[in-house]
Amino acid sequence: MAGIAFDRTGSPTGTPRRRRRNGTTDSGPRKSPLLTIVMAIFLIYSFLPLLWLVISSTKTQQSLFGSFGLWFSGPFALFDNIAQVVTYDDGIFLRWFLNTIIYVVIGAGGATLLATLAGYGLAKYSFPGKKIVFAVILGAIAVPGTALAVPTFLLFSQLGLTNTMWAIIIPSLISPFGLYLIWVYAVDSVPTELLEAARVDGSGELRTFFTISLRLLAPGIVTVALFAIVATWNNYFLPLIMLNDPSLFPLTIGLQQWNLQAVGVSSQPIFNLVITGSLLTIVPIVIAFLLLQRFWQSGLSAGSVKQ
Amino acid sequence: MNKRTIARAVAIGASALMIGAGLAACSGGSTSSNGGGGDAASIDDALKAGGEITYWTWTPSAEDQVAAFEKAYPNVKVNLVNTGGANDNNTKLQNAISAGSGIPDVVQIEYQSLPQYVLAGSLTDLTSFGFGDLKDDYTASTWGAVSQDNGIWGLPQDSGPMALFYNKKVFDQYGIAVPTTWDEYAEAGKKLHAADPTKYITNDPGTDAGFGTSMLWQAGSRPFQTDGEKVTINLADDGAKKWTAVWSKMLADGSLGNIPGWSDEWFTALGDGTIASLPIGAWMPGVLEANVPQAKGDWAVAPMPTYDGGKAVSAENGGSSEVVMKGSKNQALAAGFLKWLNNSQDSIDVFLKSGGFPATTADLNADSFLNLQSDYFGGQKINQVLVDAGTSVGTGWQYLPWQAYANSIYADTVGQAYLNKTSILDGLAAWQQKNVSYGNDQGFSVNK
Repeated sequence: MAGIAFDRTGSPTGTPRRRRRNGTTDSGPRKSPLLTIVMAIFLIYSFLPLLWLVISSTKTQQSLFGSFGLWFSGPFALFDNIAQVVTYDDGIFLRWFLNTIIYVVIGAGGATLLATLAGYGLAKYSFPGKKIVFAVILGAIAVPGTALAVPTFLLFSQLGLTNTMWAIIIPSLISPFGLYLIWVYAVDSVPTELLEAARVDGSGELRTFFTISLRLLAPGIVTVALFAIVATWNNYFLPLIMLNDPSLFPLTIGLQQWNLQAVGVSSQPIFNLVITGSLLTIVPIVIAFLLLQRFWQSGLSAGSVKQ
Repeated sequence: MNKRTIARAVAIGASALMIGAGLAACSGGSTSSNGGGGDAASIDDALKAGGEITYWTWTPSAEDQVAAFEKAYPNVKVNLVNTGGANDNNTKLQNAISAGSGIPDVVQIEYQSLPQYVLAGSLTDLTSFGFGDLKDDYTASTWGAVSQDNGIWGLPQDSGPMALFYNKKVFDQYGIAVPTTWDEYAEAGKKLHAADPTKYITNDPGTDAGFGTSMLWQAGSRPFQTDGEKVTINLADDGAKKWTAVWSKMLADGSLGNIPGWSDEWFTALGDGTIASLPIGAWMPGVLEANVPQAKGDWAVAPMPTYDGGKAVSAENGGSSEVVMKGSKNQALAAGFLKWLNNSQDSIDVFLKSGGFPATTADLNADSFLNLQSDYFGGQKINQVLVDAGTSVGTGWQYLPWQAYANSIYADTVGQAYLNKTSILDGLAAWQQKNVSYGNDQGFSVNK
């Protein structure tokens, strides 16, 4: 995960924070050498593969085969590799990139919107059957997406939707976990008194949602959006069975197809392109995390009402 | 339990995912009828009339073959889908069969996966199209693989009789003679690894079921026997004992490298002498030439070592056929394309140029093929060794009707023995146990 902004006043001992507005807080974070070492190990563990990827993407196919993985060797071929990636097979990589962006923007964007609407509704309104909905959603979280891929495929083939973009987008729109997150978040971060105040002032429910609640929910929404983006970006099994047309592939399937060229009779490995392609594939995800990080601030509404 | 229920159980079970019975019921099912869709004349009519078919494959030369076909038959359009590799191809195909839609007309299927599709009734019997006449065009072992259960289910694309590919430079450097028995081979392995701990006589990480089954085959083991729904599994027969005795010893000696096959590390190790030899299929020369150019002149080919030093014996390692699916809307046209693809000289020549090893006897016995002196192999007439290997393939081998699943659990069972450096025979026993319970769960009667 990219860096998460830590709450500077969170005390590790777990004592409840006193809400005092005069600037004095409890003791700052204590230093723990053991914790620092453990975190350093985790950091190295997370960064080594990334380092390997960056270093390897600067090598030619030849020097990949004959050099130590974690240090540079041979001619610096990064730009040459990138040029090959985007031109190989009539530039199919760029097509895959565009497809992935489409799947993520519509699929993950839609999933975030739906999860936010539903989660907020469940948190702030009561209606008959709410308990049943709650049970269904909890159950849905427990089912991994991969297990649903085959039944989804059977359904879609009845509908004649396989081998189309919809086959990827529609299943991506459903995010029970995201819904649950927003629900839990909305219960605490959108004070009911605030909604009542808005009603008293004559604001309609939708207007209240878009002008007040959405802003309060922003950190939760960003979290859900990031989860949805990563899930859609990494989706492998569903597109594998749904799509046959290479021009509809997302990056995951396309890169694996390149990777498999190295296997078996008359194999033609293009590891340098697979590695450089993988590097290009994670760049947008890194950018998304860096851009959305700043929304991760909690306590936006703290003190807005007396509780 | 009748054959039909079993076929369905396999079709669903092979996708390795739990699907509710309700869904299975509307999965288009499968029939056990053997009705092909026409006769020999209908093929020519279909090719003349033209139409559109879909062809799934992961063969690199497929693009050029299809282009040549469309040039010869302008009325026919072939939609080529590159499925990447055997595993993804199987996954997609099983799902299309379960859904009863999106089924391709012609598909590449590995010999080892054929039985599961034959048994499920997913393939078209090509006998009625007159394909029986083509029998003599192919080697005995590949024809045996595509004709089983009283039908002809596909045409062989290539073959992979095993031979011993060895790095002559390394062998000479360490004074190792080409081994003719497996005991000599194990000795050579020990000697080499003692002289240079960075070198291994061969490489086997214990994760490749295709290699394991081929070695069992070559040792005379016949672990799988299928008769209708009765399946017998015996992974502790004499052949299995012979192979594992040698191999467990080599494992303990540290003679086996454990580099993942087909990785960049593997190609590197083939180039720099780290892996000194490989018992592998006859399609290997093309792979070496294309991907290990730095070792040009180092490699040579010898017949497989034997266990008793007697008559040469080999086994098939890899290789694929193409089949016509039962779900094809135009079986006659699909059969016409298939016949051209794997039986016409135009198509086979394209395939050979890409470095493939043929399954057709005419090409295998052509003077130009047999007398070819390979530059890469230092002028050796390698095809003579490889064609001889093809004629000495042991007969009577059968794969499991759920070989794809069996292969997927090989690393967790046999592979564990490699990891812990324990007896590979025990690893095979664990593999057997898992397969027996899986087969019984699928509705077969295994070892009963």
